[in-house]
Amino acid sequence: MIAALQDLLPLWALLASLGTAVIIFALRDERRRQRTFWNLFGASVKLVLVALLVYGFLQGRSYQVAWEVVPGVTFHLAADPLALLFAMLSAVLWLITTVYAVAYLENSAQRARFFGFFSLCVAATFGIALAGNLFTFLLFYEALTLATYPLVVHRGHPAALAAGRTYLAYTLGGGMALLAGTVALYAAVGEQPFSPGGSAAVAEWAAAAPGAATVVLALLLGGVAVKAALFPLQAWLPIAMVAPAPVSALLHAVAVVKAGAFGVVRIVQDVYGHAVAADLNVTPVLAALAAVTILYGSLRALAQVDIKRRLAFSTVSQVSFITLGVAMGGPLGLIGGLVHLVHQGLMKITLFFCAGNYAETLGIHRIESLNGVGRRMPLTSVAFTIGALGMIGFPPIAGFISKWHLGLGALAQELYWILAVLVASTLLNAAYFLPVLRRIWLLPAPAGWPGAMPRTSSAETHRWLLHPALLTALAALLAGVLAAAEFSPLNWAQRIVEQEYPL
Amino acid sequence: MATLSLPLAFFLPLFTALAVFLVRARRAPWLPLLGAVATVAAVADVVRQVAENGPQVHHLGGWQPPLGVELYADGLSALMLGMTALVGLAVTLYAAPYLRGKGYNTELFWPLWLVQWATLNGTFLSADLFNLYVMLELLTLTAAPLAAMAGDRPSLGAAMRYLLLALLGSLAYLLGVALLYGGTGTLHLREVGELVGADAHTAVAAALITAGLFAKAAVFPLHMWLMPAHSNAPAPASAALSALVAKAGLYLVLRLWLWVFPVLLSTYMGWLIGALGALAVLYGSLQALRQPRLKQVIAYSTIAQLGYLLLLLPMVVIPAAAVHAWQGVAYHALAHGFAKSAAFLAAGNMLYSLGHDRLEGLRGLTPYLSITVLTLGLAFASLMALPPSGGFLAKWLLLSGAISGGQWPWAVVIILGSVLAAAYAFRVLAVAHAAPPAGYTEVRPAQRVPRIMEWVPLLLVLIVYAMGVSAMPALGLLEQGAPEGLQ
Repeated sequence: MIAALQDLLPLWALLASLGTAVIIFALRDERRRQRTFWNLFGASVKLVLVALLVYGFLQGRSYQVAWEVVPGVTFHLAADPLALLFAMLSAVLWLITTVYAVAYLENSAQRARFFGFFSLCVAATFGIALAGNLFTFLLFYEALTLATYPLVVHRGHPAALAAGRTYLAYTLGGGMALLAGTVALYAAVGEQPFSPGGSAAVAEWAAAAPGAATVVLALLLGGVAVKAALFPLQAWLPIAMVAPAPVSALLHAVAVVKAGAFGVVRIVQDVYGHAVAADLNVTPVLAALAAVTILYGSLRALAQVDIKRRLAFSTVSQVSFITLGVAMGGPLGLIGGLVHLVHQGLMKITLFFCAGNYAETLGIHRIESLNGVGRRMPLTSVAFTIGALGMIGFPPIAGFISKWHLGLGALAQELYWILAVLVASTLLNAAYFLPVLRRIWLLPAPAGWPGAMPRTSSAETHRWLLHPALLTALAALLAGVLAAAEFSPLNWAQRIVEQEYPL
Repeated sequence: MATLSLPLAFFLPLFTALAVFLVRARRAPWLPLLGAVATVAAVADVVRQVAENGPQVHHLGGWQPPLGVELYADGLSALMLGMTALVGLAVTLYAAPYLRGKGYNTELFWPLWLVQWATLNGTFLSADLFNLYVMLELLTLTAAPLAAMAGDRPSLGAAMRYLLLALLGSLAYLLGVALLYGGTGTLHLREVGELVGADAHTAVAAALITAGLFAKAAVFPLHMWLMPAHSNAPAPASAALSALVAKAGLYLVLRLWLWVFPVLLSTYMGWLIGALGALAVLYGSLQALRQPRLKQVIAYSTIAQLGYLLLLLPMVVIPAAAVHAWQGVAYHALAHGFAKSAAFLAAGNMLYSLGHDRLEGLRGLTPYLSITVLTLGLAFASLMALPPSGGFLAKWLLLSGAISGGQWPWAVVIILGSVLAAAYAFRVLAVAHAAPPAGYTEVRPAQRVPRIMEWVPLLLVLIVYAMGVSAMPALGLLEQGAPEGLQ
């Protein structure tokens, strides 16, 4: 009995967030305390279950949940190291973001709807993480689109609705491409579970019918590239910035763009295998697109005057490091890409939390209004600084570890042009983040901030807004400082890559 | 005796209708519900028997054909009966408070609806071309007055148009049946199928029958009547008409082409019919995108969604595609039935509480009708084939068929149809999520919706999501008595 319950652990973890969503939908809008309790309870239970999953995995257990949905097609959840990496990231950041969101959306309308879909989003992300084959991945990938839409249009004003339309046009289009590619792959080789290094049947098919295999791979990658915001499919992301700050944090750090990047990893590494994808000449194109996206996103970020929009373009740029790491091939590049999946999440969520705090506490939305804000909100500003420096790649913050491995990977694969891209992006990152830091710390404060709230307590802002930002900033710092430790994101990424590239 | 539940599935709703008519619904408000529950039980037994023992045959009164009437249930019938039973129960539960609240004539509604239910079951159980004609006639004669129940000018006009076209359709069908009877001397479905050859005689009969059924099922280009008729009917009637009645026509198209006219089903013929289905998908979706009223959007969506069912005929002639397409079409019929009826009932709630269903007037509604908006969202998600809905699995199977069989045009239609469905669905959902327009401090509903009217559609749409978890039970049932090559 206990054993059977334990074998279904992935399902329980999935149900933890699904159940939270159902309970919250059922609660009336005014039930603030109950909703907050269930939110935090659900997120905590989820975190514990995922931790148990990781623990069990380390004990050598193999968690599989599978049943046939349609003849020859199975719903399959499996806890492999890559799955756990993403699951752990989403579980941790969900809890932290929930705390933040509860404080942030205290007085807004439609809270039941918001938090319900928020939990659904996390459920979908968890499903994406633990999907054991393409069908299951597709299932949750599409469900994520549906769950995110109400969050993007949450405010309900015309700009939000327009952003929702754009978001849907892109993501549903991508979903259809992914659906077509998945069905075509199933028609060609049947169901193939994700397996490190790719499936043998797919490799055989790709050798026999390279044309068809390339088209299908392009469809699959095109489908996930939309959410990964790969150039030229990135236009939805900055527009979706009209969503409330916790949503942006979730979208940019965990849920949507990561789902896309994670899909790139699964498809290239675990369905086709990097060697096959390279033989089909798809990975060089992917690498080139990632490089273009990195530079394009940074250049656009440079021109933004709105804080959240600058951060959004920075996401476009930074998420493509993951794709770049996968596309360049070789263990070191892949380590860099995978570890960035976590690192970028920690840093970007910190930045969005801080941007939200500035907006909520002082009414600051534009970069030019940040002058001297470091003295008014020192802790938030320290967190922001850690995030920004990490993005640029200052050691010993997490971002440095990612870039270092990407650089080593490029050297090992003799792709020297990638080094140039990395250097250029670092310079651009510095160019759009350092002036912000200068305003925060060095420039004198103006006479008054546009929407400054009176300081009611010793804290610079609501504690539930401040602590999440500090926590994730600390995590970003520790992920870099303790990168060599066991169970650091880097260590875990190495564990995954050992599977993909057996030594 | 073992197969007594077959006639019961037909006679229970019929007798309930009679009883309601005699004792008056006002005096026995529980009677329709009692009949509905009994019918559901009978249908459940039919489903169980087909699942356990294969196709079931019952000869009414013990008379053998050709004199007696044969009732026949295979897997496809069982699935359609089951869907009709669940949708029927929901419509029955929903109709009582809805009709009362809107001041409709319940004395008229209950007998009509219960006879319609009996007729639907009769359609799925008949194995005889003439009995089918009777059922088709009865379907029209119950559907048209239901569509006219509002009694205002638009609904009367719509019902009149519907009646005329449907009667023309019946006439064409009857002519075709007469031709077949003249040629083969039998009316029994499977016997006719064994006796007809691929000659001009059969072809004319097939053309007449198909055209007649197309008119009844609102297949493009004979769809014009559906939209006004379905969107002006009272919500529970709209749900039954869109989810069940129109589908019964298409069910017969497929039944007859697979069981009676397979000799005529050439690649060319399949493509011709498939092309009409594809046009219906595209036309219906594009029209749905332009409608100002919610019920009109949902009604046009029916025209589009029924089009997918016709894609079976071009794909079933290709061995690599046949099984997937067959399973996909059957599953689509089920998923659409549940999703569409739930959508119409949800729209009914908006109409009920606001007094109108104009899209721009639905802004800022969610806090008052959150369950209804959720139901509508879930129903639309299945119609646009987003997982984890039954509509998604249906589309997966259809797409698998199209791609395995190398039928690229159908694959493109299926994908394009989903994209368009998403476009019209989100046009509605965006409005429901929008903030109230400036100037309004609050949009208060005119009338509070009874709780049961919110929960029934939600439970109905949740069936679609149960279907999304596994298609295996339904597809296993479908194998019972399926034509050769489709098992």
